[in-house]
Amino acid sequence: MEETKISMYQLYKDMLTSYLANKSEHALYHAQQFSKEMMEKDMSPEETVSLHLSVFQELAEDLPEEVVDSFDILLEVMIGYGLAYREHQSLRDRQQQLESELTVAARMQKSLLPHGEISLDSVDLGVISVPAGKMSGDYYDYALDEHGNIGVAVADVIGKGVPAAMSMSMIKYAMDTLPEQRTQPGALLENLNRVVERNIDSDMFITMMYGFYDPNNHYFHYASAGHEPGFVYDAVKDEFRNLEAKGLVLGVSPKVRYFPDQLHLDAGDFIVLLSDGVTECRVDGEFIEREQLVDMIRKYKHLTAQEIVDEIFQELEKAQEFQLRDDFTLLILRRKV
Amino acid sequence: MQVQTHVDIHSEWGIVAARQAGRKLAREIGFGSVDQARITTAISELARNIYLYANKGQIQIEEVTSSGKRGVKIIAVDEGPGIKDLRRVMEDGFTTSGGLGAGLPGVKRLMDDFNIDSELDAGTSITAIKWLR
Repeated sequence: MEETKISMYQLYKDMLTSYLANKSEHALYHAQQFSKEMMEKDMSPEETVSLHLSVFQELAEDLPEEVVDSFDILLEVMIGYGLAYREHQSLRDRQQQLESELTVAARMQKSLLPHGEISLDSVDLGVISVPAGKMSGDYYDYALDEHGNIGVAVADVIGKGVPAAMSMSMIKYAMDTLPEQRTQPGALLENLNRVVERNIDSDMFITMMYGFYDPNNHYFHYASAGHEPGFVYDAVKDEFRNLEAKGLVLGVSPKVRYFPDQLHLDAGDFIVLLSDGVTECRVDGEFIEREQLVDMIRKYKHLTAQEIVDEIFQELEKAQEFQLRDDFTLLILRRKV
Repeated sequence: MQVQTHVDIHSEWGIVAARQAGRKLAREIGFGSVDQARITTAISELARNIYLYANKGQIQIEEVTSSGKRGVKIIAVDEGPGIKDLRRVMEDGFTTSGGLGAGLPGVKRLMDDFNIDSELDAGTSITAIKWLR
């Protein structure tokens, strides 16, 4: 420490001497570089002021008393700046720590979502889910049962960030305890509703759409808990219809009934499920219209389901200058044969 | 005989008097100008806390010695409302965000040793020491 002080003193003295002699920009540049070194060595603003004065006193003999005294005021003021600087450093460290905790949590959260590809002759499945921040309040799931039924779900916790992410993991765990209801969309949502109602604050709620496709009779059965309507694409007519079902959002009331609906899918028809982060994308300051989204899907419909959702995400992300305001989830399930 | 000063804090005059006493002692012990300014800033903050939150209290300033080292010890005592959540007031950014100055974390940084005791409705006692290197 003492050694550093002595060498800093010498460096500062050389720098000041050179500047006083020729007032060169070079010496000023040197001082700028030197300031980085001082910060690295944890030198506070008040120490710098004091260093300046002592070097100056040595270089310019017989400094007027007023000049020397005036440094008392500067020193006093700089103590405050020094404290603010140190506080800033400690807050920055804490922020880094929080960031890395969040990164770990986000990784854990990701592991709750399905990863493996489902490659089947019967259906083509694609999904993308991107959080606005590090953690997501969106949930999606897809799973294949022993009869070949493919269940798909998208849920959206109202809110963002960590609280939303914690609620999202609750949906995941609750889903895992209800395997036998995967082919009963109404009963599944009724059970989830009970879990959510019991376990989250009354000011939070969750919307969800769940459905499954039965490849034996080509019916898609589904139910919705106040969720953003999806779409059904009719390949023969080249038409999109809304996919919706009545039902209260999860978590509002303990006893809610959900009435499932069903529709027949022909080869090439597909189902689109989404979170409101998709329809709340803004292009040129305006929410995109559902028709615009339909146009985009139509534009890419010749691609595979995964390619469609990827392309749409990229297009919307770019249109919003890479700033997502809400978690974004888009899932497509297409009947192949 | 070691120097010991008591200053009652019930106005801003008291704060200035405590600073003066602290600076005088720090200079006598041999602290440089930077450390003198740090010690007086710490005294200021502690005295202001008394003035703002407890209305009345005392700052004691004394010389301490320990294993050959010399230092300045500041004791701030009040009989104010006490501090409910010590951990929060010692957190960076908690008091300072309200524009209250360096706050207790600042005092802790300015000094070498720091200790705080507080009891609700009874008062607070803070001890801080700066050692001469």
